[in-house]
Amino acid sequence: MAAAVLRQAARTSLRLQQCSRLIAASHRNYADMAFTFASPYDVYYKDAKVKQIDVPTFSGNFGILPDHVPTLAVLKPGVINVTEEDGSNKKYFVSSGSVTINDDSSVQILAEEAHPVDRLDAASIRDGMSKAQQQASSAASETAKAEAQIAVECYEALQKAVDA
Amino acid sequence: MEAILSRATPMLVPQCGQLQSRGMATLKEIRIRLKSVTNIQKITKSMKMVSAAKYARAERELKPARSYGMGAKAFYEKVEVAQDETKPNHLMVAMSSDRGLCGGIHSAVIKYIKAKMEEEGSSDDTRIIVVGDKGKAILQRTLSKNIIHSFSDYGKRPPIFADAALVANTILDTDFKYDRATLVFNTFKSVISYNTTELPLFSPSAIEGSTKFNLYDSLDEDVLRCYNEFSLASLVMFAMKEGACSEQSSRMTAMDAASKNAGEMIDKLTLTFNRTRQAVITRELIEIISGAAAL
Repeated sequence: MAAAVLRQAARTSLRLQQCSRLIAASHRNYADMAFTFASPYDVYYKDAKVKQIDVPTFSGNFGILPDHVPTLAVLKPGVINVTEEDGSNKKYFVSSGSVTINDDSSVQILAEEAHPVDRLDAASIRDGMSKAQQQASSAASETAKAEAQIAVECYEALQKAVDA
Repeated sequence: MEAILSRATPMLVPQCGQLQSRGMATLKEIRIRLKSVTNIQKITKSMKMVSAAKYARAERELKPARSYGMGAKAFYEKVEVAQDETKPNHLMVAMSSDRGLCGGIHSAVIKYIKAKMEEEGSSDDTRIIVVGDKGKAILQRTLSKNIIHSFSDYGKRPPIFADAALVANTILDTDFKYDRATLVFNTFKSVISYNTTELPLFSPSAIEGSTKFNLYDSLDEDVLRCYNEFSLASLVMFAMKEGACSEQSSRMTAMDAASKNAGEMIDKLTLTFNRTRQAVITRELIEIISGAAAL
């Protein structure tokens, strides 16, 4: 009799444990994204809750939703598109940096230079682009050539960001 | 009595040109001293104003830099990578600056490094990269053979990412094969206080050996290396910003204390000056009167 009661108790506690694990798992599915987006001079989002972030990286452009698989990536010059909780889109141009997605769904995007796209000036981008192309063609050493090439890529990305 | 005697015998006491020497400073000496302390007070007051302005700017810039630094540190905390304390070769990076008169900022960082080297007992396996001439000067007295690289011309302008990138490149290109690295800098706590803290700098191999690394998807060596290099520069930037803010606030309080001390000295000297002046006048009156009474 007592043994039966004991077995019953054990089974119910097991059920309870399974249920709580399921509940915990389903809570994790709707985990909030703690999104931090900063450059050394400006911080745009700090542990904020957003719906989606589209990032340009050297391993491809991808979008980050809550509960994305943890990964690391390196940013390439381009536009980051943040879709906030209320559905509005904010675009930021980044020059370079890193993206971290952790297993607790926190996302950190650190950029060397990050500016909202509406702060970009088309005329100075065109000037800078022509100068960079001149330097790339007249570059002497390997490193100078590489640096000029990086500048040209950055200006191309800037041009695309302004045109879009 | 003594005054008449000294006037009558100028040859025997040639250096006694003034009539009122005798251990109490003469009026002229006090006046010179008063002028010099007043000048010093003006200088320390203006230095306090300048560093107050620089501190306001540094504190403003520290806010986004702190979020940036927290973001850079977050990955290393989440991936739970540990610094292996048993490995010998240790690289320490000391953040100080070129300019002094800022309280104990530079010596705090160097003392921390020295204490850490003492506790690890490894002064042969440790190498130091120092940013800033003041830190280098303090280190050179005892640990000059441990310094492998130093940066000067730092501290005059607020730090920018290019400076941090330069330091990071030096750390990555150095010939010294280190097993672990630590960044030592001052963290700004409040206007009157700062803490000397350290940040571990991890290498890609340490990260790959950590516990949670396998959770991270699709990472090849290239991406990890690039990511680590950028993180290194970000952490150095964070340390630079914190150090700059602590330095400016410390300089402001130091110069404020110096101005106050100079003010106290001026008050004391003014009192002595007035007393001496009155004593001189009284003595001259006595001489005149006694001279006139002798007639």
